[in-house]
Amino acid sequence: MYKYDEVDQAIVDERVKQYRDQTRRFLAGELTDDEFRPLRLQNGLYIQRHAPMLRIAVPYGMLSSKQLRKLGDIAKRYDRSYGHFSTRQNLQLNWPKLEDVPDILAELATVEMHAIQTSGNCIRNITTDQFAGVAPDEVVDPRAVAEITRQWSTFHPEFALLPRKFKIAVSGTKHDRALIQAHDIGLEFYPDPDNKMAIRVWVGGGLGRTPILGSVVREHLEWQHVLTYCEAIIRVYNLHGRRDNAYKARIKILVKALGIEEFRRQVEAEWQYLKDNPNTITEAELARVSKYFTKMPYETLPEHDASFDSAIASNPAFATWVKRNTHPHQQPGYRAVTLSLKTHGQAPGDATSEQMHIVADLADEYSFGELRVAHEQNLILADVKLSDLFPLWERARTAGLATPNIGLLTDIICCPGGDFCSLANAKSIPIAEAIQRQFDNLDYLYDIGDIELNISGCMNACGHHHVGHIGILGVDKDGSEWYQVTLGGKQGNDASIGSVLGPSFAAEEMPGVIQKLIDVYIRERTPEERFIDTVRRIGIAPFKTHVYGEKKKELAHA
Amino acid sequence: MPNHSNLILNNAIVKDEWSLVTMPAGEEIVKKQAGKVVLFKLTGEATHTAEQIANTVIPETGKILVPLAVWQARKEELAVRYAAGEVGVWLDTHELLEDLVGSVEDINSLPLIAVHVERFADGRIFSIGNLLRTRYHYKNDLRAFGDVLRDQLFFLKRCGFNSYLIRADRSAEDALASLQDFSQPYQGAVDEQLPVWRRVSRQPVSQ
Repeated sequence: MYKYDEVDQAIVDERVKQYRDQTRRFLAGELTDDEFRPLRLQNGLYIQRHAPMLRIAVPYGMLSSKQLRKLGDIAKRYDRSYGHFSTRQNLQLNWPKLEDVPDILAELATVEMHAIQTSGNCIRNITTDQFAGVAPDEVVDPRAVAEITRQWSTFHPEFALLPRKFKIAVSGTKHDRALIQAHDIGLEFYPDPDNKMAIRVWVGGGLGRTPILGSVVREHLEWQHVLTYCEAIIRVYNLHGRRDNAYKARIKILVKALGIEEFRRQVEAEWQYLKDNPNTITEAELARVSKYFTKMPYETLPEHDASFDSAIASNPAFATWVKRNTHPHQQPGYRAVTLSLKTHGQAPGDATSEQMHIVADLADEYSFGELRVAHEQNLILADVKLSDLFPLWERARTAGLATPNIGLLTDIICCPGGDFCSLANAKSIPIAEAIQRQFDNLDYLYDIGDIELNISGCMNACGHHHVGHIGILGVDKDGSEWYQVTLGGKQGNDASIGSVLGPSFAAEEMPGVIQKLIDVYIRERTPEERFIDTVRRIGIAPFKTHVYGEKKKELAHA
Repeated sequence: MPNHSNLILNNAIVKDEWSLVTMPAGEEIVKKQAGKVVLFKLTGEATHTAEQIANTVIPETGKILVPLAVWQARKEELAVRYAAGEVGVWLDTHELLEDLVGSVEDINSLPLIAVHVERFADGRIFSIGNLLRTRYHYKNDLRAFGDVLRDQLFFLKRCGFNSYLIRADRSAEDALASLQDFSQPYQGAVDEQLPVWRRVSRQPVSQ
């Protein structure tokens, strides 16, 4: 993975110094709340319900074991010994003290980490596929360009105060796992007919209050031009995006208002001035950064491993975990492993300091000392030998990291919600926990099969509820917490935004509502259909009837 | 302090030689969205009347910094002073740069252009500075004024500004330090056009 040189290190060190002084001035009353707000936000610091929340950047989700240990130590020393992995592949601390943040940043800088631009109206952390570099369906490893783009976007002077936040996702696989159509800019890498690395550029996607899937602004962009082309897009947005209404300020609203044709015309016109400027990436720079993302020193192994095969045959629990929580790998004899942060009854995405240390040890022992954060809020060991899977599983299980539920109903994607976040309308974690309790039977979960359930505590949609097969959105009605259900959302190449099922529900009704949706699926499905396939085939009407029809009856009896 | 100045030019605090000309207050209509007062004007939005422009008082002598709309409407009246290099023009972040560029034959005939930022969070000022320097090749003094605070100075400098009138209640001395916040920024911009990997030799660090 990428390693800092003195240039990178100087930038994070100077940032610590700058932010320490900004914090000092705020505490001394030299900066007002309004003046300090964008400064602390650009450093990932929110003022929350109970305490500030600090969001630490994990660029495109990659971490070293050393970094994870440091995160565990920071959570222990400055917080309550746990952290929350977010849908943006970052780590959030829920209880740090505002005055401790400069010290936390100084500690992060010692392991080449920071919290720069993890919030605020600027270019945010760049995200990608958690299996980048190892996925069998990968056509281009996008991480080198992601790193170059990360550096370019860091303290970009022209785009420091945009109308609203700006998120870029990169992906180089046949099957999109990075939600590129739900980002302000989505960069889809592919080899063009001349076998050169090219990019299909998507723009104007986003979830939030107005969910919109992106449009292709340019079908073919040579990789050298990715920074100048992004400059053109973001300059058009910076100048013309709305600033009068925060809810209409994302680039998707501008693209929609202008239409993609006119937006493209403006971007292309701007780009004619920017094309080939010094920010055009050179072969030498790509080669320099690509050296950090070469293949791991794999052993040459056969496709099969006898000890692994016999463990599968003799241990059904292990076999189940292998089926759900391990993933195919480009290299024969290797698998990628998902360590589940979705233990039933725990807040999705949370990991304790102790677990972070254990995962770091596992990464050192079994996966070249590296790991990734998935936007589904799990941790990934990307390069594990088949023969190591059994001992890895045993240790992960002891640490509560081996719940075999990846891709199942209880692998819930969930924002921190009203328990922590001051933006939230409603709590989300207790809903996730109640659903996990309702569906605690693994055999039943396997029978239901692949399904994605996403929960957001408000329309900012941090839980990506619009693209969940089942989406749950917390809403506020007259000061009490209600939950709206959407059906038929999906991430991937054939992404879609879910449709609202109907009037919202009280918290205690939610497990029953999910149960009814599952009942309809079980009743209607054909043998090969996943939940989303059935929803797409029969539409939401039968689900609606089953959920609301019976609800009305119950009310009539009450 | 009679000699107190809050104007930074390049890297020093200097006395302001220019008299800022502003329009008389017009009827400000308070706009609201979802119950909240709208804080930012839309790009291209007309915000003043012909009457305000006509009633703008311009000092008889000395260097004057006039609003773009006044400059456009009363250019003939200012022709001699313009030829003598005594006229600078300022615009708001929501005003169109094309109007300024179109108002003179040679943008470098203006010794000073200033951009007024009503709220420091309005990042349009950065693109305006960049465009003036790179697209329109403006070479003379470029000043930011209004809600100008030290924590934005480094960005303003990188976007081509070389002069900053720090908000009156803040110290320009303190603000000077912020121009040096980062020694080696990553990306090419206006002040330093080369990205860091074209500026210094970056060798891969051993893993």
